Amino acid sequence: MILQSIAFILGTTLMYATPLIYTSLGGTISENSGVVNIGLEGIMFMGAFIGAAVGFYTHSGWIGFLAAGVVGGLFGLLHAVACITFTADQVVSGIAINFLGPGFALLLCRLTFDGAAMTVPLPLDEKISRPLNGLFEQNSFFDMIFNRYSTVYLAFILVFLMWFLLYKTRLGLRIRAVGEHPEAAATLGINVYKIRYFSVIMSGVLSGFGGAAMSIAIVSQFRVTLISGQGFIALAAMIFGRWKPQGAMWACLLFGLANGIVIFMPRTGLDISSQLLSMLPYVLTLILLVVFVGKAIAPSADGEIYEKH
Amino acid sequence: MNNYDSNQIVVDMKGITQKFGTLVANDNVDLTVHRGEVHALLGENGAGKTTLVNSLYGLYHPTSGEIFINGEKVIMDDPNVAIQHGIGMVHQHFMLVKPFTVVENIILGLETHKHGVLDMKKAKDQVIALSERYGLTIDPDACIQDITVGMQQRVEILKALYRGADILILDEPTAVLTPQEILDLIQIIDNLTKQGKTIIIITHKLKEITDVADFCTIIRRGKKIDTVRVADVSEADLASKMVGREVSFKVEKSKAAPSDIVLEIKDLHVKDNRDIPALRGLKLTVRKGEILGIAGVDGNGQNELEEVLIGVRKAESGSMTVNGTDLLGKSPREILDHKVSTIPQDRQKRGLVMDYSVAENIILENYKKEPFSKKGWLNFEAIRNYARKLVTEFDIRPNDEDYRAGSLSGGNQQKVIIAREISNNPDLLIAVQPTRGLDVGAIEYVHKALIAQRDKGKAVLLISFELDEVINVSDRIGVIYEGQIVGELKAEGADENEIGLMMAGGGKK
Amino acid sequence: MSEKKKLTDSPVWITMISISFGLIFGAIILLIIGYNPLTAFTVILKGIFSKPKYISWTVIYATPIILTGLSVAFAFKTGLFNIGAEGQYIVGAITAALAGYFISLPPILHIPLVLILSIGAGAFWGSISGYLKAKYEVNEVISTIMLNWVALYLNNFIVLHDKVKREGSEATNKVLDSAQLIFANTWKTSEAGISWRKVHPFFGDILRTPANGGFLIAVGAAIVVLIILNKTTLGYSLKAVGINREAAEFGGINVPSNIVSAMAISGGLAGLAGAVQVLGFTREASALAASEGYGFEGITVALIGANNPIGCVLAGLLYGAMKYGGSKIQPAIGAPYEIISIIMGMIVLFISMPKLIKTLKLKKKEDK
Repeated sequence: MILQSIAFILGTTLMYATPLIYTSLGGTISENSGVVNIGLEGIMFMGAFIGAAVGFYTHSGWIGFLAAGVVGGLFGLLHAVACITFTADQVVSGIAINFLGPGFALLLCRLTFDGAAMTVPLPLDEKISRPLNGLFEQNSFFDMIFNRYSTVYLAFILVFLMWFLLYKTRLGLRIRAVGEHPEAAATLGINVYKIRYFSVIMSGVLSGFGGAAMSIAIVSQFRVTLISGQGFIALAAMIFGRWKPQGAMWACLLFGLANGIVIFMPRTGLDISSQLLSMLPYVLTLILLVVFVGKAIAPSADGEIYEKH
Repeated sequence: MNNYDSNQIVVDMKGITQKFGTLVANDNVDLTVHRGEVHALLGENGAGKTTLVNSLYGLYHPTSGEIFINGEKVIMDDPNVAIQHGIGMVHQHFMLVKPFTVVENIILGLETHKHGVLDMKKAKDQVIALSERYGLTIDPDACIQDITVGMQQRVEILKALYRGADILILDEPTAVLTPQEILDLIQIIDNLTKQGKTIIIITHKLKEITDVADFCTIIRRGKKIDTVRVADVSEADLASKMVGREVSFKVEKSKAAPSDIVLEIKDLHVKDNRDIPALRGLKLTVRKGEILGIAGVDGNGQNELEEVLIGVRKAESGSMTVNGTDLLGKSPREILDHKVSTIPQDRQKRGLVMDYSVAENIILENYKKEPFSKKGWLNFEAIRNYARKLVTEFDIRPNDEDYRAGSLSGGNQQKVIIAREISNNPDLLIAVQPTRGLDVGAIEYVHKALIAQRDKGKAVLLISFELDEVINVSDRIGVIYEGQIVGELKAEGADENEIGLMMAGGGKK
Repeated sequence: MSEKKKLTDSPVWITMISISFGLIFGAIILLIIGYNPLTAFTVILKGIFSKPKYISWTVIYATPIILTGLSVAFAFKTGLFNIGAEGQYIVGAITAALAGYFISLPPILHIPLVLILSIGAGAFWGSISGYLKAKYEVNEVISTIMLNWVALYLNNFIVLHDKVKREGSEATNKVLDSAQLIFANTWKTSEAGISWRKVHPFFGDILRTPANGGFLIAVGAAIVVLIILNKTTLGYSLKAVGINREAAEFGGINVPSNIVSAMAISGGLAGLAGAVQVLGFTREASALAASEGYGFEGITVALIGANNPIGCVLAGLLYGAMKYGGSKIQPAIGAPYEIISIIMGMIVLFISMPKLIKTLKLKKKEDK
C-alpha cells in the first residue's frame, strides 16, 4: 500500500513536472542569451490551445504538439522583434504577450469550436502515445511511475540536449557569452542579434510544447483555466534552478512533487490545505532568492537592452 | 622600440570624419602606421582618439574617409572585417566574459569545434602554444573573475593574437596597471614588435609615449594636430601640442598653514565586494588648512576608502574621527551632518540624479531642511532662488537652474556638485578623481576651488590616480598601496620616481 | 525643464499612435475573421455611451484598474516595476470582505476603517517585495510575481475556511450595509426611490447599476499621488532613489527605507483597489481559479497613462470602456470578446517599442 502510494506520488510528479520542464527550458535558453521572457505564460496558453485544436482536427496528438511548437515559436519571434530589434523593455513586451497569447487562443477557439471557450476532447487513441504501456504489469509499482506519455520522456531528453547545447557546443558558448557580456561578444564578431533571436524563438517553441504537453497529454482538451500560472511557475523553476537546464529540471520535479502531494492528500485523510501546498513553489523560490543573496546567479546582461552603435 | 620597417605601410587612414548627430568626434583625421611600429595616439579625454580606432576596428562607420590595410582599401563595417584584416583591439574596459575561463574567452567567436561541438582540449593546446611564443604567461583554466587586472590584459592581447592579429590596438592599456605591470607590458610590446606585430597605443600619458612609442599622432578636439617621431620631441612639446597652448604643470598656490586635526583615520580595515581585504590598517590625518593628496594606482583601496568615508560601506575595524567624533559606521546622513562633504569619483553615477534639474540636484543633501521644505512640503520658490544664486556664483552654464543635470557638459556637472558640496560649508572636503574626463579649463577650475577651500582653513582630502594632479594640488602626499599608506612626503619638491616606486609597493617598509 | 522637446517625441504622442495602431490591428483581425470592424466599433461605442447606465457601468469597470494603474505608475516613478498589484489587490479585497462582514460599526466609521485596513494589507504585501529588494537585492519583478500566486492561494485558503465561507458558495459572506459604497443602495429599491427614479430618468437609469463612490475615491487617490510625487519631500526622495539609487545614497538619503516606502505606497493603492471593488461592487471575495487580471490591466493603464496619475484616470476609463463596451460585441454580432485583450495587448506592445514608432516616423520623412 505504501509502495503504491509512493508510486502514485512519483508518477503524478513526473506528469505534472513535464509541461513545466519544457517551458522552463524555454526560459533558460532565452535568459541565458540575456532576454527576460515573462511572456512564457501567454505562449504556453497559446500552445495548449493549438496543440489541442490541431490534434483534434488532424486526429494526431503529435501533429498538434509540433504545431504548438511552431506557433509558440511565432510568439517568441514577436517578443524577439520587440525586445531585440526595437529595444522594447523586455518585461513590458512579456506582459503584452501575456495579453496576446490568451487573447488569440480564446479568439481562435471560439471561431473553430462554435463559440466555446474549450476544445472538444481528443479521443484516447489520438492523444500522444504511451510507449511503455504494457511493459510492466498494470498498476504495478513501475507501471504507475514509468508508464507515461511520450512527452514526459521527451522532456527529459530535451533537458540533456539543452545542457549539451549550452555547455558543450559552439552555439551554447556564444549564447552564454551574449547573455553575460554582449559588447564583448560583438567585438569578437559574434552577431548578438542573431544569437538572441535564435534563443528567444526557441523559448517560444519550448513554451508552446509545454502548453501542448498539458492539453494533449495530461488532459485531452484546452480550456480557459488549464494553464493558469504554470508559465510563471516555470519561470520560478528556472530561477530556482539558477538559470541552468538541469537545475530547472530539478526545480520542476520539486514543484511537480508539490502538485503530486496536493492530489494525493485527500486519499490520506490528513487535513493539510491544498491551497497552502500550492503556495509552496512560490514561497520556496522567494526563500531561495534570499538565501543566494548578493551572489550573481543570473546572467549579467539578463534583461538589458543591447544596441549596436 | 625601433623594430619598424619604414617601407611598409600597414595602416593608412585618410580623411576620417565621424559625426554623432551634431557632434564632430573626428574631423578629417589621417593616420599612417608602418609594420613593426609602436604608434601612439595622444590626446586629452574626449579628443576623439577612441572614436578613431573604433572606426579602424569596424565598431563605428565613419561619416566619410577611407581606410587602407596593407595598401588595400577596406570598408570596415564590422569587427569581423577588421579581424579578417589582421586587426586586434584591447579595449580600455576589458571585453571579457567574467564567469568564463581564460581559454573560453580567447576562443570565443573563433572556436575549435567538430560539427559545432567544442573541442576544448585542442583550444587549450593552441592557447598555451600561443602564450609561450609571445611570453604571455597565463593560467588557461582560471576564471576571468579570479585573476588580476594585469592577467586579464594578457588574455585580451592573446585574444587578438589568437585571431592572427598583426596590428594591435591598445586603448589606454596602462590606466589600471601598477608600475611593475607597466614594465611587463612594455616588455611584451617589445617582444611583439620584434616578431613583426604593429602596435597602436592610445594614451594621454606623456611618459609612456617616450618609453615605448616610435611615432606619435596628436589629436585635439577631433582634429589631427601632428604626427611626430618621438625621438625628435620633448615631453613638453607633446604636451603643448595636446592641449593647444603652453602648459604650466604648476598650480598657483600659497604656502599651506595647517593647524588642528580634522580627519583622523587609524588602523582601518575594510573588505571589498568580493570579501577580500581592500584596506589593511590604513592610517592618515588631515588638518585644517591643508590638502592631503592620496596617490596610487587604481584598485589599491581608493574606492573602498571613498565609500567608508561617505558611510556607504562597512568597516571591519579601526576608527575614523572628524573633529574628534567617531563617524565609523555612521550613515551618510550623519556623516554629512558632521560637516563632511564629498565630490565623488563618478559624478554621473554617484554625484547627480541625472533626470533631476540643476536646482533639484543642488538641494539633494538638504531637501528636508528649511527653507527648502517645511513639514514635508517642498518650497519651490526657496529652492529656485537658492539654486539661481549658486548657478551664478559658480558660473554653471547654461545659466538655468531648471536645466536637466544629465544634459550639462561634464565640466558643468562637476560644477553643480562642487557648488552643492562647498555651499554646505564643510570642515572636511573629500574630492575623489575630481577632474576625470574634464577639459583643461575645467580642471583648472576644480583645482582652484580645492585650494580656495584650503585657504579658508578647511581640511581637504584629494584622492586621485593622476600623480601630476596629486603632486601639484596637494600640500602633503600619502601613497596608497594594497590598502595601506606606504609612504608620506611633502608635495613640494616631491620626486615623481620615488612616489612611483612607492605606488608599486617598492617603498614599503 | 528647458530642453524643448518636440511634440512628436513626447510620450503622449507615442501613446496616441500606439492606441491607434492597436485599434487598427484589432480592426484587421476582425476583418480577417469575417466581421465588419466598423460595425463592431459602433457596437462598442454605443455600448458605452448610448445610455446613462452604460456610462455608469464603464466607470464601475474602470474604477479598480484606475487604482491598480496608479499603483503601478507610482512604483514606476520611483524606479520599481510592480508586477504585484495583482496580489496586493487580492489581499486588499479579502481584507475588505472580512472587515466588512465581521466588524460592525456605523457607516461613517466602518467604511474608512475597512479602506484603511485594506490599504494596510496591500501596503504590507507590497513592502515584502520592497524589503526583499532593499535588504537582499531580490529583483522586485520576480518577487512580486511569486507573491501574486501566494496571495491567490492565501485568498482561497481564507475564503474556503469554514468560518468565512458562505454556505453553498465559494465566496465570503456579503459585506454589511454599513461598509458598502453603493449609492443609495437600499433607498433606490424602496417605494420612494422607485418613484423618484421615474421622475429623474437620467439619474434613475444610473441607479439601475451599482453606481458607487469608488470612482471618486480613485480620483482622490490620483490627486493624492500627484501631490506626493510633486510637492513633498517624500516624493522628492522616492523619485531620486528611483532615478539614481547610488547618487541618492551618496546624498544622504536612506535608500532601503525609501524602496520599502515606495513599494508600500504602491501596494496600498492596489489594496485600495481591492477594497473599492468589494465594497462598491462585488460585496464579497471569492475563491479564485486564476488571477482576475486587475494587476496586469493596471500595468497597461500605467503604460497608456504614461505613469501620470491623471493619465491613469483617463487610461483606466479607456480600458474600462473597452472592457464593458467590448463585452457587447459577442451578443450583438457574434465577434469574440477576446478581441479586446488582443487590442490592449497590441497597444502595450507598441508602447513598449518607442523605437519602432520613431523609425516609422523617420521613414515617413525620408519618403517625402
